[in-house]
Amino acid sequence: MAEVVRFFIDGKECMAKNGDYLLQAAKENGIYIPTLCHYDGLKPKGSCRVCTCKVNGRLMTACTTPIAEGMMIESNTLEIEEMRKSIIELFFVDGNHFCPTCEKSGYCELQALAYRYRITAPRYPFLFPLKRVVADYAKIIIDHNRCVLCKRCVRAIKDEMGKSFFAYRRRGQNIEVILDKRMSDRMSFEIALEAENICPVGAIMAKRTAFTTPIGYRKFDKITIGSDIEKIKTK
Amino acid sequence: MGQKITIDPVTRVEGHGKVTLYVNNDGSIEQARFHIVEFRGFERFVQGRPYWEMPVLVQRLCGICPVSHHLAAAKAIDVIVGAGMGDELPPTAEKMRRLMHYGQIFQSHALHFFFLASPDLLFGIDAEPAKRNVLFLAQENRDLAHRAILMRKFGQEIILATAGKKIHGTGAIPGGINKHLSLEEKDKFLKGEFPLNIDTMIQWSLETLDFFHHYEEQHKDFIQSFVSFPSNYLSLIRSDGALDLYHGVLRAVDPNGNKILPDVDYHEYYKYIEEEVRSWSYMKFPYIKTLGQELGWYTVGPLARMNTADFIDTPLAQKEFELFRAVHKGKPCHHVMHTHWARLIEILHAAEKIKVLLEDPDILAGELFRQGNKQFEGIGLIEAPRGTLFHHYKINENDQIIQANLIVSTTNNNQAMNNAVLQVAQRTFKGQKKVTESMTNAIEVAIRAYDPCLSCATHALGQMPLVIEIVNT
Ligand code: SF4
Repeated sequence: MAEVVRFFIDGKECMAKNGDYLLQAAKENGIYIPTLCHYDGLKPKGSCRVCTCKVNGRLMTACTTPIAEGMMIESNTLEIEEMRKSIIELFFVDGNHFCPTCEKSGYCELQALAYRYRITAPRYPFLFPLKRVVADYAKIIIDHNRCVLCKRCVRAIKDEMGKSFFAYRRRGQNIEVILDKRMSDRMSFEIALEAENICPVGAIMAKRTAFTTPIGYRKFDKITIGSDIEKIKTK
Repeated sequence: MGQKITIDPVTRVEGHGKVTLYVNNDGSIEQARFHIVEFRGFERFVQGRPYWEMPVLVQRLCGICPVSHHLAAAKAIDVIVGAGMGDELPPTAEKMRRLMHYGQIFQSHALHFFFLASPDLLFGIDAEPAKRNVLFLAQENRDLAHRAILMRKFGQEIILATAGKKIHGTGAIPGGINKHLSLEEKDKFLKGEFPLNIDTMIQWSLETLDFFHHYEEQHKDFIQSFVSFPSNYLSLIRSDGALDLYHGVLRAVDPNGNKILPDVDYHEYYKYIEEEVRSWSYMKFPYIKTLGQELGWYTVGPLARMNTADFIDTPLAQKEFELFRAVHKGKPCHHVMHTHWARLIEILHAAEKIKVLLEDPDILAGELFRQGNKQFEGIGLIEAPRGTLFHHYKINENDQIIQANLIVSTTNNNQAMNNAVLQVAQRTFKGQKKVTESMTNAIEVAIRAYDPCLSCATHALGQMPLVIEIVNT
């Protein structure tokens, strides 16, 4: 039987299996730590930094930090929450996000985080980068204006042989997600929908269908992101 | 040397524009121009976006009647997704879209008549500007202001129930609609507590018409001769000649009522309509090709629709329509101020249509959307509150928009509004040494009758008011 360890988040005593990642362990203890790049069941990546906590006084990403006996974690503090809010704002200025006309609105985790953190406008200047919309794939469209480089699609969407449909190309600030051309020809509509759903934002969209769920019935029309973990009714 | 008068801003219109009057030494008006001086370029920046975004994206042109853009774009995209040429949608989809549209017509016309136009009618063109507004209306005529707000609210609630939001919803999707009406929503609109139910709205629409008739009796001269000039009129029309605000064929009549566009397929509008660009305005000047630039201009909107239609398929509006046609001896009406009458007939018609649709079981259940073989071009037309609205898109094989052409109602009325400005200016400014506020307001009143939406017309950006400028000649 796995060893159970005791740790503290914002002073609250929590229990989890030794070695579980902090993000998951917090969730099991009813505490929500926000994230964009993490997806249950995928190997953690730590790329978005939204889940940053102070672990024994040091800043660490919760999705990649294994829990250990006696850890003291600060998460819902003014300092950490303010930092997370800034990171979310940076995502908005670093891309081109026009939520009112985006088909991911209401399902988008970045937008949902912005609502949770009550961001009406970012405090940083918009960079308006020139980004591409790549539409020459048969089943999907990639809108780089909205991509947050979480790598969820690369990690999750694979064929029956375990080969990824998506990959990164280039480096540094020019890095972007691409879909392997040959793989793209083999992509079914179901896989396209899976890719759309795994994308936390509106960067990957299955073609020819949009806005099929009425406003009021979309995921985050009904709940504030994280409130299901905190088990509080928010809307 | 004559002078140049600028009216800047023109108020109680939607969008920003200005009027320039070129005045001769003897005080006569040499020329009058109604300019729209802003530019937005929606047609350009939708290029590259996927076609299914259009109904939601392009409606952002306007906050007053986004439903019209939403539906015109959806109708164009229906063609692209192979859902037919406009009359092959599932019955539920067409009826829900119509319900949305009639809700929009109802609220937009109510907004215009009560909030924008009625202060001129009630307090007069010469009233102080401080009084010619909806706040003073609320002080002076509480009942009218109260009704205005509630009629608008009713229309907006219909939009909310069909589009998901009162402004900028997502209801119409390629090939159909994304929701049914719920039983609760239907019951609320049909039998809701007074006054927010459809029977009260029909009753109030009738009473607003009475109000107009009473007003006209006392101000016959103003209504019938303030501004009146022959024009061609254009609108969609149902194939049997009935007024139809959602779908139909294109009909245009000349000043005597003769058909100059004889019920043609709107998917071929480009064969019949051309747009001219003039250097002094961002708003284009459309005209009927066969008649040429000089003679081919036309009027759209409520007045045009009353002039093109053979009948109205709802009984109360039909009765009023018969009166309208009788007053004008079966010929097209050219009194611009009768646009208000036409608008009120349409408010009544929209309310009656809403009732019929609410009683139809198709809105509660049934297939929501369908798609067929992809096409590379789609055209959608609708009768927006302010007149015929054209959306035309072309896509590439990757599903991206490569070309968009939007001809909005106010653009269609461009020449007509310029003519109205010239006529009022020539009469009002004649022999006057000093330009008074009421003289410039007279010009605004003429423009306002068209209920122009200048933001839509140039797909423009910026402050609301309109400028009037008088130039030395
Ligand atoms: S991806 Fe999300 S944040 Fe970006 S525009 Fe779409 S809804 Fe808004």
